[in-house]
Amino acid sequence: MTDTALQIIVIGVLGLVGVGLYGLLAVRNLIKVIVALQIAVKGVLLGLVAAGMASGQPNLGESLAVTVIVADTIVAVVGLALAVQVRRHVGTLDIKALSSLQR
Amino acid sequence: MEAWLAILLIGAVLCAIMAIRSARLLAAAIWLAGVSALVSLVLYLLGAQIIAVIELSVGAGLVTVLFVFAINIAGEEAMDLRGLVPEPLAVVLVGVAAIMLGWMVLPALGVIPPLAESPFSELLWQDRGLDILVQIVLIFAGVIGVLGLIGEAPRAVPAHPPGEAELEAGSESLKEIEA
Repeated sequence: MTDTALQIIVIGVLGLVGVGLYGLLAVRNLIKVIVALQIAVKGVLLGLVAAGMASGQPNLGESLAVTVIVADTIVAVVGLALAVQVRRHVGTLDIKALSSLQR
Repeated sequence: MEAWLAILLIGAVLCAIMAIRSARLLAAAIWLAGVSALVSLVLYLLGAQIIAVIELSVGAGLVTVLFVFAINIAGEEAMDLRGLVPEPLAVVLVGVAAIMLGWMVLPALGVIPPLAESPFSELLWQDRGLDILVQIVLIFAGVIGVLGLIGEAPRAVPAHPPGEAELEAGSESLKEIEA
């Protein structure tokens, strides 16, 4: 990997994490919040692998990336299950409606 | 290789923007699958073939199926509401965060030659054995999550069993209907 490739990847990571962060801030649909979280984690995953290669320890970065993929998938599963149950019990996916103090 | 990396990453960021901006949840899930596929291609180009395959099968396959399944259960909800944070403020906050991160990371970048380290399988199963244990626990948590996803809503159960008077009244009304 060259320095130029590493810079391109870091800029891409910043883009993906930025879009994910924007989604977390600006979206109110619970399922879309999970989508935004997934996008941010994809960026972090890419950053981990690139950092492992840049630091001369590619296998360490890859083994950490496996853990991130598993954790990310479980977060998606639990979040989607939560969204389905919220929709059944509250009747909406709007995260603002989840706050009972605002009713 | 740099040109391919740039093209794939621009595509991934565009797919991510479309996933956030799309009005339909199903379209957002498909755009997210596109992000996963492009990121896995980038990983393949970087030389992390194992991670690329796992990301493609899990990120673009399993997670997309789960999203489609959950959207089918929960239903599409037209929600064109303003976010919790005003949009210009969100853009400014994200821009400031990205600039600060880039300002700290980009000048310090530099590739050093590979060090002597254990093979991937040995590193994963022995040196990072604790991670594997945590992953097993997480997978059990995921199984419970899937049960919550596919579990049926509880049926309404009467608070108390019908008494004799209610049963008699029911049988009388049945006789009246038959008569």
